[in-house]
Amino acid sequence: MNNIAIDVKNLYVNFARYSALENLNLSIPGGNFVSVVGPNGAGKTTFLKVILGLLKPNQGTITIFGKHTDELSPFDLGYVPQIKTLDRSFPALPIELVSTGLKAKWPGKMIKTNKEPVMETLEKVGAGNLAKRPLNKLSGGELQRVYLARALIRKPKILVLDEPATGIDWIGENDIHKIIDDYKSEFNATIIMVTHDWEAAYHHADHVLMLNRQILCFDTPDNAFTEQCLRKTFGHVGHRHEMIFVGRHHD
Amino acid sequence: MIEAFMQSFMLRAMLAGIFVGFMSSYFGVFIVQRRMSFMGSGLAHAAFGGVALGILLNTEPLWIAIPFTIIASIGITLLKDKTNLGSDTSIGILFAISVALGIIFLSLKRSYTADAFAYLFGSILSVQTSDLIVTIILTLFTVLTFFFYWSRWAYSTFDRELAKTDRIPVTIDDYVLNILLAITIVVSVKLVGIILVAAFLVIPAASARLIAVTFFGMTIISICLGIVSSIIGLITSYIFDLPSGATIILVQAVIFFIAIIYQKASMSETI
Repeated sequence: MNNIAIDVKNLYVNFARYSALENLNLSIPGGNFVSVVGPNGAGKTTFLKVILGLLKPNQGTITIFGKHTDELSPFDLGYVPQIKTLDRSFPALPIELVSTGLKAKWPGKMIKTNKEPVMETLEKVGAGNLAKRPLNKLSGGELQRVYLARALIRKPKILVLDEPATGIDWIGENDIHKIIDDYKSEFNATIIMVTHDWEAAYHHADHVLMLNRQILCFDTPDNAFTEQCLRKTFGHVGHRHEMIFVGRHHD
Repeated sequence: MIEAFMQSFMLRAMLAGIFVGFMSSYFGVFIVQRRMSFMGSGLAHAAFGGVALGILLNTEPLWIAIPFTIIASIGITLLKDKTNLGSDTSIGILFAISVALGIIFLSLKRSYTADAFAYLFGSILSVQTSDLIVTIILTLFTVLTFFFYWSRWAYSTFDRELAKTDRIPVTIDDYVLNILLAITIVVSVKLVGIILVAAFLVIPAASARLIAVTFFGMTIISICLGIVSSIIGLITSYIFDLPSGATIILVQAVIFFIAIIYQKASMSETI
């Protein structure tokens, strides 16, 4: 059986005359955790949008477990967007947002059969007590747990995360990464995570994809977080790179 | 008092007020939550262009205003989708074109154009049976959308991108919403007038937003406020001999301020 979760061939995405992604070629095996890192404007979110079927490539193909993105069911993918996109004026409760993961539509009146799995998943991500607190009253970390519950409730084969721990304190960030790691182990899920946090990428991912419109490195964290790869991707090597190497020596 | 409301013109006015109150406050929740309040005003003024053309052609203005406003609403949506202009700019452009056309159409009509003033300020008491039938048909359509479209519109109102990842046809749904909104506005214009119709869309939904904690709750509360304010406004206007459309809007405004007080009170209770 073909165990390639995401297969990208000769993929180009352009916005008007601006080229966002150029000639991407990669295969991500099922059950892999891939962190996508790169500077701002590198095309990381664009790449996620192509996986999610929100953007059509101008050239090339992308298949998810052998299917084109428009052939996928919404339940094949779990998506955690950046929380900064949330409209906090929208009147909604976490229990409703999580139920969209189950039904792929906004709920009217919640009925009991919906409520049970929703509550179970909220408990799983440590947000059971938040079920009926308005979304606009939640902190960034709490909101991120709710979005994660929304993605996990459909038990997707592929989990797509766009900066899931941005703006969250250290403990909250660790909790979120533990939930993601546990989900991956339990369901052998493929995880694609865009992050600016090199340490998280280094410690949690099986592979790191360094992107700056093109793929500049796609390898294990040890082989990807090299001075050469970082210079190619970011143009320079920052202080955090030193910290990762210090951590590695301690390991 | 009760006898007064048994007269056929008052009965028609009351029913029309209830149906228009229902529709506009239902669509209003999407308008308010999508920050498109200007859309109501824009489409009402687009309706003015259609009404003026109807008057020029010596035909029932409603039948010309409906397609005219639908075209304007499609134009606004297209302009927003196909250019990088914001929706307020798109609405502003179509709004101005429609009003300019309306003024030219009226100027071409050499005789007296009292009808145009009736549409500017509305006249709920002069609602005819044919107007009422159109309003009832449109209300039935609106009720149907509650079952087929409400949850999709709600989802894309919350987050368009998230709705798209769940394969909701967000763009097509936007056109359906805007077309129905255009028709609702044209029908409402006859009752409350071009100038005040936007308030009908915005005030009950904004009041509901202050009270509700879920979008479903906001929808139900908005509908209730839309209907109740129409009834109270019509009765008040009859008792004090005031213009009905404007009285209904002022009743909605009173409810809005009560909702603000309610929200402040419930917030201080939480603290």
